[in-house]
Amino acid sequence: MNNTELKNLSLNIYMSGVGGQGIGVLSEVLIRAYDDAGYEVKGVDTHGLAQRGGKVESHLRIGGPAGSPLIEPGTADIAVCLERTEAYRALVTYLKPGGVLIYYNTSWQSLNVRIGDEKEVTEALIKTEAENRTSSVYEILTENLPDVRLQNIGLLAGALREDLLPGLASANIENALQVLFSGDVLSSNLEILSG
Amino acid sequence: MDIGKILLEKEPFSDIMMGNAAVVRAMIEAGVEVVTTYPGSPTPEIAEAARAVLKYESPFYFEYSTNEKVAAEVAFGASLNGRLSVVFFKSVGLNVASDSVVQFSLLEPQGGLVIILGDDPGANSSQNEQDNRHFARMTNIPVLEPADPQQVYEMFIEAVEISVENKMPVFLRMTTHVCHAKSRVSFGDRTIVRSGRGPSFDPDFGEYIPLTSAVAPMKKRSILKLGKIRERSENSRFNYLTDRNASKGIIICGLPSLSLSDLLSEIEDKPDVLTIGMVWPLPLSFICDFCENHDEVLIIEELDDFIEKEVKAAAFDRGLKLKIIGKTEPDDFIGELNQQNLRHFINSKWPELGLKSPAVPLSALTEIKPRPAQLCPGCGHRSAFYAIKKALKEDDITVADIGCHTLGYMRPYEFGKVLLSMGHSNGTGAGLSLFNRTRRIVTILGDSTFFHAGLPGIINAVRNNHDITLIVMENGTTAMTGHQDHAGSKADSESGKKKISIKAVLEGLGVEAVYEVDTYSQSSLTKAVDDALAVKGFSVAIARHPCMLKFTRENRHRGITPDRQAGIDPAKCKNIEACIKVFGCPSFMVNKETGSISVNKELCIGDGSCVQVCPVSAIGIKKKNEAEHE
Repeated sequence: MNNTELKNLSLNIYMSGVGGQGIGVLSEVLIRAYDDAGYEVKGVDTHGLAQRGGKVESHLRIGGPAGSPLIEPGTADIAVCLERTEAYRALVTYLKPGGVLIYYNTSWQSLNVRIGDEKEVTEALIKTEAENRTSSVYEILTENLPDVRLQNIGLLAGALREDLLPGLASANIENALQVLFSGDVLSSNLEILSG
Repeated sequence: MDIGKILLEKEPFSDIMMGNAAVVRAMIEAGVEVVTTYPGSPTPEIAEAARAVLKYESPFYFEYSTNEKVAAEVAFGASLNGRLSVVFFKSVGLNVASDSVVQFSLLEPQGGLVIILGDDPGANSSQNEQDNRHFARMTNIPVLEPADPQQVYEMFIEAVEISVENKMPVFLRMTTHVCHAKSRVSFGDRTIVRSGRGPSFDPDFGEYIPLTSAVAPMKKRSILKLGKIRERSENSRFNYLTDRNASKGIIICGLPSLSLSDLLSEIEDKPDVLTIGMVWPLPLSFICDFCENHDEVLIIEELDDFIEKEVKAAAFDRGLKLKIIGKTEPDDFIGELNQQNLRHFINSKWPELGLKSPAVPLSALTEIKPRPAQLCPGCGHRSAFYAIKKALKEDDITVADIGCHTLGYMRPYEFGKVLLSMGHSNGTGAGLSLFNRTRRIVTILGDSTFFHAGLPGIINAVRNNHDITLIVMENGTTAMTGHQDHAGSKADSESGKKKISIKAVLEGLGVEAVYEVDTYSQSSLTKAVDDALAVKGFSVAIARHPCMLKFTRENRHRGITPDRQAGIDPAKCKNIEACIKVFGCPSFMVNKETGSISVNKELCIGDGSCVQVCPVSAIGIKKKNEAEHE
């Protein structure tokens, strides 16, 4: 990528999942990776009652013109989601038409679904809704993860493999992980990243 | 990454930093000596960063105080001794602290005193979205309002300068998404070295007794000081003009100013913008000059029309003829001014400006039901609600309080039907018990809240013999805000921190009926609540279980992961769904096609609190590898 492209990159990445899935780490890795790649970055986690199993979001804005760290609904270029229902929610609220949805294909059923008040979101529903919006969908599922808390990095590794994160190289994510972690946690994360 | 080490850097540096961490670096650079708080969103990460620093150095003393009022008083007392002090808490924390804070600017805290307010437009994690700028007017305390982490750092330093120079407390008002925003922040070096001064309290510096005839001169002194600070505000670099020679102007402050810059990038003919960082005292001459140069001025501020009323009054006094547009509709006063809400606001006032319509209409955003928060897998509160409800009758009245257990109001527990504030439950419960012989009153309190504001209501109930049964949910920590210690947390011999026993406090108050049960012993807890309810007058059941989120997290850091998991015996399971519809543990999943129930292995921690719940004994706890082979 040449310097002009670097300068012109302006990207909104919306992340979401359920409290406890590690959205905070995912966003911390991405914000540092884009910073490492030389971009101006702004981010914010929104986590009211997140630890108690509610929805947790993180917003990341890359490139100079960004004002607020928050993304306006319907303007995210990429949505990175750790859970299927939250992926659907991201698709119909934050992702722009023609945007890219990447999600980890696991389901944490909300109480509403379990007691029968709401229908469970299926992969097919996400596909259909994405087609209506000319958005593309990538489902990621890493087999044999030793720990569910590594799903976030599994998802990032998948996104890198599919070349879905403009302006970012694997080395930028590695550098971010090096800053954030050490010891066993670092090595298990790096291992998943290299797939 | 070790945030403690980074914040202690000697030389100037820059790093990606959350607003809540950037303010701690500012404290270190400014030479703050005392930091106090009571935990509350959106500010707990300030405490986390401060405590991370203390692992390496002790640039300041830090404590979790019993409540916000005590925290403010500790900081005030330290400042009387010449110590530069900081207290921080969430928006509604100022209500608790205010009984003392309203006196602060009558007196002269010698060492400087900064009060950081975590205001919460949008009520992301609070029981209201109060606009604490109103307190500035009542207390004569200046207010700075940063928009991003860089400004958090710079404005904190400015707040210290104003405070020390004027012997005045200063508010730094950080809203939720300023506290949690992250971006690269450039810091200075650490030049301030503390001199090892002794306690310098001297009543002659004061005086410090604001009573009767002393009050008037004290009040006058604070008003005069505020006048002096207003001059500073007129020239402050935090109040600045973006001039494009437009006929329209906007006055804005805080995070909404960044939302505005996003929106204005859509249009060619942009209005001029006056951004206010020092919101009290306002730079009224600067603002009036701006008004004079424009035909129309739109005032944009989150929540209340605080600046608008001031500007309209000042413009009237100056005889200015322009049109000043502000809040008129109920929705104008509600919620955070993120881009979509600000877009709606501007389009309703100035459609001719030509901002686009929202990409996703506001109505579409509210159509999708939010994912309800729920208690964590293994939470002792879940067991408690399950067991307590067995002792209750349909028309008994349950009173909620603040903590994780507040979530009991939701399905499937529906325990706790009214909520005001920290520790309200026994006051409100007492009122509900009056002229009421038929419906029993059950109140709830968490252990941190018991100490914070619960005691006066309990003492009132004991003294006046109110017929209430109180359930104290004792989990040993302030769980909701991220596991901070409180007065009932475990003792620490190194620092001399004592553990205060809730049971001993209750007995000391003369409560005769105090039952104690681990919440996982569900039938014993049901019986204890039954027995407590049979007692005429005030009775207490202490429902105890450690916070399992904290427990499993601490274990994990020691390399211990749960080795057991719940499993469902398909031969026994009759799809009664008590585990879901009554107990409500998020680890149980339903296959919507077959109706069969299974355990989400990503969630279950193998605690086993669910086993007693199944009427056909289909739930068992097994070693993880055995459970996986099922």
